[in-house]
Amino acid sequence: MAVTLDQTIAQKQHTLLSRIFASQTFWVVIAVILACMFLSFATDAFATQKNLYNITRNITFVAIIALGMTFVIITGGIDLSVGSVLCLCSMVLAVTMHAGYSIEVGIAVSIATALIIGAFNGILIAYLGFPPFVVTLGMLSIARSLAMVASNNTVVFQFGPDHDKLLALGGGAWVFGIANPVLYMILLALITGFILRWTKFGRHIFAIGGNEHAATLTGVPVRQIKVAVYMISALAAGIAGIIQTGWLGAVTTNLGTGMELQVIAATVIGGANLAGGVGTAFGAIVGAALIEVIRNSLGLLGINAFWQGVFIGGAILLAVLFDRIRNFRRND
Amino acid sequence: MAVLELTNISKHFGAIQAVNDVSLSIEPGQVVGLMGDNGAGKSTLVKMIAGNFRPSHGTMQMDGKELILHKPVEARQHGIEIVHQDLALCNNLTAAANVYLGRELRRGVGPFRILDYAAMYKRAGQIFAELKSETRPRDLVKQMSGGQRQAVAIARTMLSQAKIVLMDEPTAAISVRQVAEVLNLIRHLRDQGIAVVLISHRMPDVFDVADRVIVMRRGRKVADKTIASSSPEEVTGLITGAIEQVL
Repeated sequence: MAVTLDQTIAQKQHTLLSRIFASQTFWVVIAVILACMFLSFATDAFATQKNLYNITRNITFVAIIALGMTFVIITGGIDLSVGSVLCLCSMVLAVTMHAGYSIEVGIAVSIATALIIGAFNGILIAYLGFPPFVVTLGMLSIARSLAMVASNNTVVFQFGPDHDKLLALGGGAWVFGIANPVLYMILLALITGFILRWTKFGRHIFAIGGNEHAATLTGVPVRQIKVAVYMISALAAGIAGIIQTGWLGAVTTNLGTGMELQVIAATVIGGANLAGGVGTAFGAIVGAALIEVIRNSLGLLGINAFWQGVFIGGAILLAVLFDRIRNFRRND
Repeated sequence: MAVLELTNISKHFGAIQAVNDVSLSIEPGQVVGLMGDNGAGKSTLVKMIAGNFRPSHGTMQMDGKELILHKPVEARQHGIEIVHQDLALCNNLTAAANVYLGRELRRGVGPFRILDYAAMYKRAGQIFAELKSETRPRDLVKQMSGGQRQAVAIARTMLSQAKIVLMDEPTAAISVRQVAEVLNLIRHLRDQGIAVVLISHRMPDVFDVADRVIVMRRGRKVADKTIASSSPEEVTGLITGAIEQVL
């Protein structure tokens, strides 16, 4: 029977199932589930409510920033400043509230700080053509230094009249005993997923990562979008900073040191491609989850903590290896 | 009436005269081959029509009205579409997403509007059917052949009511079979009354599909005649300068 042109055009080459099996994120989810099952049997401490509460909450800070980082990485950029921005935003919040202002003012000032830093990064990158690596590397240094200036390099642990509100915001568990940060993470992941899949802005982010020149030629406002993604990344770091301040109850100037690398690792493990054009919100969360489960399990299994880096590094390489193998097969 | 008419167009960049006093008119449903060696001024001429450059002298008219373009988006609004030499496609997006890039369809109310995937797949599929191209709207461009990629780039020009399509070297760097596909796509555009300007180095393609050939050399128009009254030998002579001018 002859196949008409219309039938060929209407044909879907990939079913939902084949797409799922082809995604790196799916295999990382499997890895996380298998690891959790193994740990439940191998140790008594893993599947306890307290440990699960800890794990889910620990995932959140890296995961929230990874959501913001996903936007940047999809455009083909990178943001190394997130750890320092987290610290600066925490410190701005802490210092503002310590000075006697309300929690609303503190959060507003902190978010504004994040947005200004993001806009600064974005403008240098999009309008002046600086390489993202260099700009955000500079900001990594600048933001942490500013945090030290703001606090005079002291530990802030008294947050003025709204002290208890802030601690409840980050440390409480308002719904079904789920830690608040987890709820924020889920909410932000849903918003991120929605933006990436269903908005024109999201579509344009993918287009820029795929072929920036083509995006420009077809009338995509490339520069504005680039500024926006760096603002989103800094905003995510700021939000994580606010929540982490409430959870820890104290801010030091070494908060979030080295966090940018964990965040980038989480996004890459979750399936984002540093060359741009690929990435999902769910992947960012799953990547953060795998890192945390590895970290947690090493402790529970009694393996020396010095080995942590080896296992997390191995996970990064393994995740990308899967991707390479799939590409090889496709090219054959 | 001519869809596009250029009168005494010149463009200089500092002391360099890229296009010198060129006049031409293009009729609806006509395929015009624009030929010339590298540096002959083809690209500069096309970029003025596309809104990338403004002419230093002369006027452009579209459907009898003066056409002044400040940026490429305005050219598109006037019904001038460009198929770029590198096609300007995003490999990581689907065919439909590429067709609609920069003018995505959305549904919803006010600020709450989401991408209308169904409508974009449907319309893109219709356009591919019109072009008689076996291209699936849901496939990633990454996995497509050269001919299909051309179809995606050309489908873009058919979204709006294009009056004139400028194609920059559409047959460079693709296989012989795909060249035939692309020439068919050009004929489909012509049959719908769209004027096509085909910028090409490939003599056989121009003589296969074009109605008229315009040759440029050193910024000047040195020939403008029907394909029937010309020959590849003559055009080669005009491009290289062995034949000075035939007008």
